[in-house]
Amino acid sequence: MRMEYLGLSEIRGPLVVLDGVENAGYEEMCELTLADGERRLGRVILLEGTRAVVQLFSGTRGLSLENVRTRFSGAPMEIPLSREMLGRVFSGAGRPVDGLGELYPEERRNINGSAINPVSRLYPRSCILTGISAIDGMSTLICGQKLPIFSGAGLRHNEVAAQIVRQAKTAGDDESEFAVVFAAMGVKNDTADFFRRNFEESGAIQRVVMFMNMASDPIIERVLTPRCALTAAEYLAFTCGFHVLVIMTDMSSYCEALREFSSSKGEIPSRKGYPSYLYSDLASLYERAGMLRGMGGSVTQVPILTMPNDDITHPIPDLTGFITEGQIVLDRELDQAGVYPPIAVLPSLSRLMKDGIGKGYTREDHPILANQLFSSYARVQEVRNLAGVIGEDELGETDKKYMEFGRLLEEHVIRQSPGENRTIDQTLALGWQALGVLPREELDRVEETLLRKYYHEDGAAALRGDL
Amino acid sequence: MSITVHSVNGPVVKLRGGRALTMMETVRVGAERLIGEVVGVTEREAVVQVYEDTAGLKPGDPAEGLGEPLSIELGPGLLHNIFDGIARPLRALENATGPFMGRGVNLPALDPERKWDVTFHAAAGDTLTAGACWASCPETEIITHRCAAPEGGSVEWTAPPGAYTVHEPLLRLRDARGNVRELTLAGRWPIREARPSARRLAISMPLITGQRVIDTLFPIAKGGCAALPGPFGAGKTITQHQLAKWSDADVIVYLGCGERGNEMTQVLEEFGQLPDPKSGKPLLDRTVLIANTSNMPVAAREASVYTGMTIAEYYRDMGYHVAVMADSTSRWAEALREISGRLEEMPAEEGFPAYLSSRLAEFYERAGYKVTLGGQEGSVTVIGAVSPQGGDFSEPVTQNSKRFIRAFWALDRQLAYARHFPAINWITSYSEYLEDLAPWYEERLGRDFARLRARVTRLLQEESKLMEIVKLIGADILPEEQKLVIECARVVRLGFLQQNAYHETDTFVPIEKQKGMMEVMMHLYDEARRLVDRGIPLSRLKETGIFDRLIRIKYDVPNDQLLQLDDIRIGVDAAVGSVLEANR
Repeated sequence: MRMEYLGLSEIRGPLVVLDGVENAGYEEMCELTLADGERRLGRVILLEGTRAVVQLFSGTRGLSLENVRTRFSGAPMEIPLSREMLGRVFSGAGRPVDGLGELYPEERRNINGSAINPVSRLYPRSCILTGISAIDGMSTLICGQKLPIFSGAGLRHNEVAAQIVRQAKTAGDDESEFAVVFAAMGVKNDTADFFRRNFEESGAIQRVVMFMNMASDPIIERVLTPRCALTAAEYLAFTCGFHVLVIMTDMSSYCEALREFSSSKGEIPSRKGYPSYLYSDLASLYERAGMLRGMGGSVTQVPILTMPNDDITHPIPDLTGFITEGQIVLDRELDQAGVYPPIAVLPSLSRLMKDGIGKGYTREDHPILANQLFSSYARVQEVRNLAGVIGEDELGETDKKYMEFGRLLEEHVIRQSPGENRTIDQTLALGWQALGVLPREELDRVEETLLRKYYHEDGAAALRGDL
Repeated sequence: MSITVHSVNGPVVKLRGGRALTMMETVRVGAERLIGEVVGVTEREAVVQVYEDTAGLKPGDPAEGLGEPLSIELGPGLLHNIFDGIARPLRALENATGPFMGRGVNLPALDPERKWDVTFHAAAGDTLTAGACWASCPETEIITHRCAAPEGGSVEWTAPPGAYTVHEPLLRLRDARGNVRELTLAGRWPIREARPSARRLAISMPLITGQRVIDTLFPIAKGGCAALPGPFGAGKTITQHQLAKWSDADVIVYLGCGERGNEMTQVLEEFGQLPDPKSGKPLLDRTVLIANTSNMPVAAREASVYTGMTIAEYYRDMGYHVAVMADSTSRWAEALREISGRLEEMPAEEGFPAYLSSRLAEFYERAGYKVTLGGQEGSVTVIGAVSPQGGDFSEPVTQNSKRFIRAFWALDRQLAYARHFPAINWITSYSEYLEDLAPWYEERLGRDFARLRARVTRLLQEESKLMEIVKLIGADILPEEQKLVIECARVVRLGFLQQNAYHETDTFVPIEKQKGMMEVMMHLYDEARRLVDRGIPLSRLKETGIFDRLIRIKYDVPNDQLLQLDDIRIGVDAAVGSVLEANR
């Protein structure tokens, strides 16, 4: 029989303090019962002798120092896990909210997980094709990678994420099935609906697990949401053998929740008021992506974050970029020009791409083509800056061709409709066609043999033809 | 009085009844015996930073002081192995707790079962001085492990030659005071203390890395320190990998401090297969890996740099040249900040503790070119990656590092966007070792090397100035002379500074070829200038394709057939000749 504690010593924002507590462990879960029988969950976040500071997941409204009874569970926070999670919807703290009843668990696990031993990891090499040219061609997503989408308020990151979920498939003849874990942190109801509708329409809903923490839900629950989602993802991947794609949106809301939580604890703030452990905290989420040796399945993460004020040096995108294996950056200018998906290919990067594309994976010319597109498109930016000063008509012959190349790349390679699922061959062919507009000697990254095979000067005409 | 846990706040735990604990003593906390270190003692309580996740720890749990500062086991079996931040072997840990890291596991760094073939260099009756080598064993196919006497004394007994484990007594030593101690292959050393050496030598030899922009323009010396700062995606890790693979050190300590798990897996896989350029054996045979990834406990991340440095010094003391790749020192500094915050210390700049600078100094100053106690020469070179927030080099870690390093390789986001790798910016980077190393370069490559380097640097600087103008008005209306600078600098940028880590020939380039390439490129510059001086437009020469031919030298000329460079030089003359002929 566990002891029940009557009353509280202090209530401070989402935190309550109890005195005279014995035998409670750090990060242990507890349950508070109010006078009217309502129950709330909490977690121990600080212990000092017999004094325990508990953080409540659903706020302290209605609590007084006297109307509460607290019972400690003796264990850290765990969630039930089972294959039956597929197709279900849970709250941010892992309770079913779809009215289909409790889950019959095969296992319960601590949501904090533990670090994967680097020795046990399998280095990710097989790519996931998304059918989106800008990603497949130039920032390829790899199975077991963590590749965030850096976006801004009002950009179409949700459409891009939904398209990835609809179209993703592994490149090889891997038999493992796909599953999707969707974690919504502080999103608006419209956004949640958008995703739910999208999954339903595409028939994906049967292989999606959703963890929903809405913008109006308590922030402490928001801190738990990605942990619950990743615990579910790890279970599906390493116990059930699925290739799991984890979509987490919006990481900025998560970080803000963490900041709010940290300041309520009275911690010393670091950059922009975020706690000094923001890096470690984010790492404890992102590093849960990967593959394990000798076990099928993989956890691939596509977190979405909206950069405050489109600032890539803001602590959230900055620290994220240092942990994740690259980033897909969305660009407001492209978006305003009506290009979908508005992916800015230059700052986008997939670090694992080099080992998962090319001969034996996608196609021999893929790495070189990507490299050449990057380098030529970088030149386009310089030429555009120049054109902005002296006018396009004054540009030299070669520079004019670069202007044309930039337009073709954006209009025909990057742009595609949300319903269009391009094969990798289509994507690569489009890339070569766009390069056709440039004189052969400008392609300084491509070896002669590949040039002979793939470079056609009339490629650009073909692209222009379908204008 | 027994020691018990009083309070828990993340990795910071306060103990009651710990008055007798000493500063930096190792303690074991709680029922799971988590490893921690004392960082403060007051009348009432001792403050401990715990190296493992503290979830589940309770006030009243027992704790125990081990009576020694945080120490690691040193001996044969470190090479070819991978450890966490406090030197627990990750392979053995996997066998013990599976693919996810367990807690409270106490595993010795060295395999206690494995036997080593020991050759003795001392016999009963010999007198040993401190640091003298008394036994050796082949640790890997490349590296011979040499055991040094921890103190002087006379040998009373040695075991017969044969195969022994690291813990079997092999030699009895009686010191001057008459104390007798038994020596084994393994020893222990507290990680926060620098290992002693006889004296420091002046810097005189470069660490050859096979990377052109480093070896030629911004060299690093054996025993020197370099910082490699850059925003994310600029190629810090790939540059570190390249240096670990190709630099001419004997032993590499690769320190993954708060970085990605997949990267460490990649190093492990890749280094297990790639051959060492000198011996052809797997690179892992000369490498010690330390992996404290970003999601492993933050206190162990703080300790990991000292663990790596201690191991490096240990091999230096055997007379080896060791290079430490620390990726990344910013993560370490952030660990300091995080723990400092939990200890409620007063923050200084950007929330970092005020002692950031002195800790960085302590770390970098453990590098150096030394004479060991045993009289051999060895060195520790440190190359620290820095991950400045937002790519802004004015932040405290970059700025403080700059005071203790002498080679600064600034990675540039714009270059990385254009996929110019290594993205080391040639205008903002510098190396203070140029002067110290000048005699070496002169002796090895002749006087003209320094002259060539100076010409290349000047050309790049001129180009950089011209590019400011080009950005405003375009390149087409520049006078021919300035076009010449831009075109030749382009050859240098694409053909020399850019280096392809994934190309068989280009990934490592011997210093002789680096010089040869510069010579041909400067020859083109001179010859092209002759044309321009005669009023012949540069475009004529470009049409011959000679510029592109020079850019491709890095791929076309094999590293061991430098005579082919002469053909290209002749090609330059022929191209210039033909243009002259046509414009006569």
